[in-house]
Amino acid sequence: MSLLWLRFALACYFIGLVYAFVALSRTSDLFSRIALHAASLGMVFHFVSLVELFLGGPVVWASVHNGESLLAFLSMTFFMVIYAIYKTTSPGVVVFPVVFFLTFVAAVDEQPVLLTQFVSHKGWLIAHIILIFTGYAALVLSFGASLLYLLQERRLKAKKATSLISFLPALEVIDQIGYRSLLLGFPFMTLGLLTGSVVAVTTYGHVDFLDPKILLSLLMWAVYMVMVFTRWNSGWRGRRAAVLATFAFIAALAAWAANYFSAIHRFAS
Amino acid sequence: MRFQLIGVNHKSAPLEVRERLAIPESRLPDTCRDLAAYPGIEEAMVISTCNRVEIVTHTTNGAADLRGFLHEHFHLEAEELDPHLYEFREKDAVRHIFRVASSLDSMVVGEAQILGQVKEAYATARAVGAVRGQLDQLFSRAFAVAKRVRTETAVGSSSVSIASVAVELAKKIFGTLEGKTVFIVGAGKMSELAARHLMAHGCASIFVANRTYDRAIGLAQKFNGQAIKFEDLYNTCDRADIVITSTGAPHAIFRREHGEQFLARRKNRPMFFIDIAVPRDVSQDMAKLDGIFAYDIDDLQQAVSTHVADRRKEAERAEAIISSEVEKFEARISTLDVVPTIVSLQDHLETIRQAEIDRVRGRMGQLTPEQEIAIEALTRGIINKVMHTPITTLKTAAKESEATTVVDVVRRLFNLRDKDKEAAHAAAKKDEVGTRQ
Repeated sequence: MSLLWLRFALACYFIGLVYAFVALSRTSDLFSRIALHAASLGMVFHFVSLVELFLGGPVVWASVHNGESLLAFLSMTFFMVIYAIYKTTSPGVVVFPVVFFLTFVAAVDEQPVLLTQFVSHKGWLIAHIILIFTGYAALVLSFGASLLYLLQERRLKAKKATSLISFLPALEVIDQIGYRSLLLGFPFMTLGLLTGSVVAVTTYGHVDFLDPKILLSLLMWAVYMVMVFTRWNSGWRGRRAAVLATFAFIAALAAWAANYFSAIHRFAS
Repeated sequence: MRFQLIGVNHKSAPLEVRERLAIPESRLPDTCRDLAAYPGIEEAMVISTCNRVEIVTHTTNGAADLRGFLHEHFHLEAEELDPHLYEFREKDAVRHIFRVASSLDSMVVGEAQILGQVKEAYATARAVGAVRGQLDQLFSRAFAVAKRVRTETAVGSSSVSIASVAVELAKKIFGTLEGKTVFIVGAGKMSELAARHLMAHGCASIFVANRTYDRAIGLAQKFNGQAIKFEDLYNTCDRADIVITSTGAPHAIFRREHGEQFLARRKNRPMFFIDIAVPRDVSQDMAKLDGIFAYDIDDLQQAVSTHVADRRKEAERAEAIISSEVEKFEARISTLDVVPTIVSLQDHLETIRQAEIDRVRGRMGQLTPEQEIAIEALTRGIINKVMHTPITTLKTAAKESEATTVVDVVRRLFNLRDKDKEAAHAAAKKDEVGTRQ
């Protein structure tokens, strides 16, 4: 049943995906409203799907596809919060494709499950998953914002007539969206890693720092911290911030992919 | 039709020349009066905006020394001023006025401000009596043409002035302008206008720096802002989010090293430079820095012509309207030119005829009614026969370019000068009543 709702959600997000591609080339108020409504409806289906999963018990949560589904939902929540504050749908240009991709993968019926049968503290595990995914979602937003910033900066610098009629919000607004997501995501990410260590310690008795999953997660966290620091200390934005954000994003992808290699954090069908 | 126009605009002259020619509103009436009293000028009007200063006149012989007036009035040397001046006569002057009023000659084609400014200039000149019959005709028609262009073409749609473009751009960079700080470098009319627009959209505080500190203080007081000594410019500039710069400096005053310094102090928060100075105040190097957004006057102009292609098409249609209106106006004015001449010629001959009849009566004593009728018919017949050809020639000439020459010859031959002027006035008035109806 949960999967059915998720597929409904996927159909709604598809409209958002189309919007993301169209918005790059031209501006249409009507279309952005349609995409917004479709996305909201998608979130409702998505929420129902997640609730059904939750009722299924904590172990199911650790399934990789359910994880992706949760990440997609959290990203959409961020997107909606930003819309509520800034009244702009333009982060959707980045968020919609990511959400669509994650939901699409999750809605396919193969479900490798994390090897969590030894995990003794289920509460910590759930906290770990939610915290880390919130951190990921914030990172996706911040990455998206830094790309949009770059785009808007180029447009303004090009001094073309189109700089005035672009669909993008003002440069400083994009900057704020990015910075706030970054600031919000950092504590979640940090706490997520800490809870993860707690789970690891209680399960294996120690944390293996040479495990690819842990190594890459720490690398991602380090890049994240550098981003927050440079932004806070010397206000890095534009090109330099986008490079850092891309690094962090790639590190996050790598850390995710490490689930397939890690000895302690691995999936099994 | 002896219209003569001289002036400078944003295309012909840099800001510094325009600024020196700009006539403050308070002095406009006096300037109009001076002009109207200048040799060879019958009627005169002055249009002075931040993009143009133009003198429009109707002259006695079509060749008044308007350049001379400008040199005298502004105490400027010929070589300083003349390269920037353009001069139009007769039909070309009419076309130019129509284009200006229709906002086709504006920096931002289609912006609506200019029509209001021309109307004000017209009202001012009219109030002091410098505008009467001919210029009255010209400008009434120009306003009608402007209206026609506005309603029949889309040239005026999404029209924006430079100042509002600056505001739009600032909003694209900063989002809201609430609480932003503006720095005016070099006090000028245009920067003042841009600053006023920015303040109206929420900018909180303002700094003014000028080479002449007193002018900085004057302008700062207008905005409740703070005057900054020019030496302190680089130390304070980073406190501003938006810098409007329009100094007359021959080289860029903001260079790359300054930009880097500002950004470091501002923690890379972006800065928006509105560079309306010619030559530019912000160097190309500095404009390339990330976080510095510098728009010079041409960029602003370009940013405005958003719908370039559409606009060009609309502007072409507008030009076509103007051409046909110029033809119509010319035809009308020329006919008007000969009508009073014909009337006064007839009056003149009638006076002679009456005088001669009286003389005959005096010599021959009382005439019988039959004789009266015969003399009346005879003299009238002769005059009508004699008059027939000149009147036909005048009427035909009215439609040709030689109208003024023919009219001049007739006037001179019959010594019609003074009477003709009065008649022209009467005719103009009659026509004005006619158009109002």
